[in-house]
Amino acid sequence: MASDRREFLKTTGTFLILTGAASLAWDQILAGEPEKAPNYNMADHWWAMAIDIEKCIGCGNCVRACKAENGVLLEPFYFRTWVERYHVPEGELEHPQVDSPDGGYDGFPEKYRHGDGSKNFFVPKLCNHCAHSPCVQVCPVGATFESPDGVVLVDKSYCLGCRYCVQACPYGCRYIDPRTSTVDKCSLCYHRITRGLTTACCETCPTGARMLGDLKDPLDPIHEFLRTHKVQVLKPQMATGSKTYYNGLDGSVR
Amino acid sequence: MNARFKDKEHLIRMGALFVGAFVLFLILRAVFVPKGFGAYGHYRAGALADNRDHALVFAGRRACEDCHSDVALVRKGSKHERIACEACHGAQSAHASADDPAAAKPKLPDAKTLCLVCHQDNVAKPKGFPQVNPKEHGDGGPCTSCHKPHHPEVS
Repeated sequence: MASDRREFLKTTGTFLILTGAASLAWDQILAGEPEKAPNYNMADHWWAMAIDIEKCIGCGNCVRACKAENGVLLEPFYFRTWVERYHVPEGELEHPQVDSPDGGYDGFPEKYRHGDGSKNFFVPKLCNHCAHSPCVQVCPVGATFESPDGVVLVDKSYCLGCRYCVQACPYGCRYIDPRTSTVDKCSLCYHRITRGLTTACCETCPTGARMLGDLKDPLDPIHEFLRTHKVQVLKPQMATGSKTYYNGLDGSVR
Repeated sequence: MNARFKDKEHLIRMGALFVGAFVLFLILRAVFVPKGFGAYGHYRAGALADNRDHALVFAGRRACEDCHSDVALVRKGSKHERIACEACHGAQSAHASADDPAAAKPKLPDAKTLCLVCHQDNVAKPKGFPQVNPKEHGDGGPCTSCHKPHHPEVS
């Protein structure tokens, strides 16, 4: 009987190995062809954003342009990008007053006065396009992902609207679009950057406070910017691999 | 030999069951896993094309200056030189890509409100940025009576 058992194990083992190999091969068959993009090679790019807080004037051009370009709902709780105003009384780094009336869509009506011992500044926010995104890690169906060129994108036809990613994003950059009940977020104007244009927010920023950059392009001015400025990412302790670099980021910014 | 395989019936049955279950698995997998899933990672490769497939709203500065090179020339050397056209004139892809751009002529922005979008004074703006209080600056007339938007320096 011992030889029978050996025979059995041998056949079953071979069978399991064969099915495993077949399954792998089937994966390749199902994967289909790489995406066709005649003038754009994903492997040649690694997108990032540089933001110079010292240049932001809080005009709201980026917020308006983003909503127009991407068809974002105009209600004041749907934003792919928005601008925050920080009011930090002297030394109160842990208790800044932050406001963002309508995300900065209509600019910022004056609220504070000169000489009250505080500092005031604007901070534009958007998806940080993290290289190790918490939002991507929690998606149960693979509907959000880091593209090979470093952009965190959403597959709207595949999103369940479960909201895990909305909670997982440490930067609050995601919302549920009530029209489709799927998640929506900054796509870094993927339709623009893959056509050689800059994002809508960078295009319309009057002071150059925002700068789209391709870290794989050695001639991109972002390298010069990152070299010559003291930059920081938001919440570096979370190790998200954020690719949105802020110059002049105050310690009070969350 | 015969003695060894006299009980093979149950092995064949089990094997058939296993093969059947595997075929069923493959069929279900083919039905439920979308095309291109896993080509680049744990997502549908076609989603990249879906994200790319979106119409432009802002045409981009180059598209503007292809035709309006005269304006680009006027702006040269001014403080407003580096501002893209659509930052003030609004999204112009409809105008730029129209068969007859003159027919889809963009509306001229209202200078009085437009200038103040950037230049209204505000404590939170960077110190060096030129800001005015419209009640104190100028004579109450439109900004454009002294400043030309494409070259705002008063000479």
